[in-house]
Amino acid sequence: MNKNYFEIRRAGINTTFQDQGRGNLYHIGIPFSGAMDNRNFQISNKLVGNEVNFPTIEFAYQGPLLKYFGDNINFAIAGDVKFIIRKTNNAIDGNCYQSFTLENGDELDIISTNKSVYGYLAISGEFDVNYQWSSCSVNTKANIGANNGKKIQDGQKIYISKINKNLSDKKLNYINTKIENIRVIQGTNFDYFSDEGKKIFFEKEFIVSKLSDRMGMRLEGPKIENIVDTNIKSEGLLKGVIQVPADGNPIIMLSDHGTIGGYPKIGVVISADYDKLVQLTPGSKIKFKKVELADAETLFKLYDLETQNLISQI
Amino acid sequence: MIKNISNLGDAALYCDFGTEVNKEINSKVIRYFKSIQKENIDGINNLTPSYNKLIISFDLRKKNFQTIKKLIENLNVINDDKLKTNKIKIPVCCEENFSLDIKRLEEKLQITRDKIYEKFFGKEFFCYMTGFIAGMPFLGDLENELQAKRLETPRVKVPKGSVGLTEQFANVYTFESPGGWNIIGNTPQVIFDSTKENNPNLINPGDVVTFEQITKDQYYNNNE
Repeated sequence: MNKNYFEIRRAGINTTFQDQGRGNLYHIGIPFSGAMDNRNFQISNKLVGNEVNFPTIEFAYQGPLLKYFGDNINFAIAGDVKFIIRKTNNAIDGNCYQSFTLENGDELDIISTNKSVYGYLAISGEFDVNYQWSSCSVNTKANIGANNGKKIQDGQKIYISKINKNLSDKKLNYINTKIENIRVIQGTNFDYFSDEGKKIFFEKEFIVSKLSDRMGMRLEGPKIENIVDTNIKSEGLLKGVIQVPADGNPIIMLSDHGTIGGYPKIGVVISADYDKLVQLTPGSKIKFKKVELADAETLFKLYDLETQNLISQI
Repeated sequence: MIKNISNLGDAALYCDFGTEVNKEINSKVIRYFKSIQKENIDGINNLTPSYNKLIISFDLRKKNFQTIKKLIENLNVINDDKLKTNKIKIPVCCEENFSLDIKRLEEKLQITRDKIYEKFFGKEFFCYMTGFIAGMPFLGDLENELQAKRLETPRVKVPKGSVGLTEQFANVYTFESPGGWNIIGNTPQVIFDSTKENNPNLINPGDVVTFEQITKDQYYNNNE
């Protein structure tokens, strides 16, 4: 039986199980999903001695308040997050990128993310979750993944099927940096936009709107004028694709995006900048910088190497 | 057969088969899609066939644009006659609480609802693609008299199972979703089932679909 579990005293705003996501399903309408910030997701797992792609709990802005029942277990939080561990006699301020031990009856209160959107909670063990297409990642739109494809709810229990025997303390020195210049490759419909529109796209400031979630990030700023057609014949989308609908405000596709869309694509965010892009809070100011394919490939290699390097330091 | 291959971002190929929407071009897209699926190429992690484009996503840790492009240019493409397609019948109930936009269509198209249903039911539709939301089929082609634009203001919630028309296409909402298609009825048939991991979609690209009108009683019996 699962004698180790968390009781959810407060679910938080958008708390879901996430792992690396699921591929090869775009053609039936299912996006990758998976952890929005892949680097922090992998680091959280390594800090508790797991394989880097184990299921974690992803939260946005306000995180969950969990009460723990069971044998001692380690956990770690990756991101830029304020949290407290409440024990019977005292409370400890938590630090990200460091493992802590939870004892029976302890409370973990993940208060909020600081100047960022997503954080990751990993445990030294395995959450008892169901997998669909080899991934537990929750896609709330199609109700796919762990927890019946739904967000974690107030009052529910989260069971732990296995706890690692060896609970060793781990730590990493790392600070997240905020991105201001998002590097993009020109999109397949770049020429749908006026010269002035193209100039605006690469030179002016845009502001991240409140209407942003795991599906997409809406931007506000000077309008980008379309001179050809504000619709295209519907075709595939990818995470990072920047579409500009008729109103002239760009929308960036994120991990839970619809798989097909009919708005012109002005650009695509390079893979190296995706993890940092998703962490931008509403109100953040950004600029787009144009790069060529070869540079984007090199930048991703460097970014990936940096991630591997961080993981190997743990 | 691919007119042009370019890159969409740094981790995908954008294969352009033309600008028109017709069965001939779409069949080429589907042939490429199925051929690549069969090859099971390491590093390719998603394929999105649409009316006249095929997007091939890959894992930038394993492959890059040039290596995948070369593989696709030298691909063995399977013949048309080897493509397996299914014929599928979808029951649709057009009771008033299901046919949300039939009045609008009567006005826009200047024909009666009986005429609309007469032209819609029994006709063979071709599935061009599936997606947007999981399992949603894009079916064509409606004749000119039935072609109408989307709602000026899309609905915030289109009920699950709704059957909609827009321009030359018909579709089925597999989940409750925002949307702007003209809804003419609702099907009790499950079109997407995530528990069937090998084949969650009832309708796949290349399939032939016909709609059959059913009564309210038949609708609720089917739901049981």
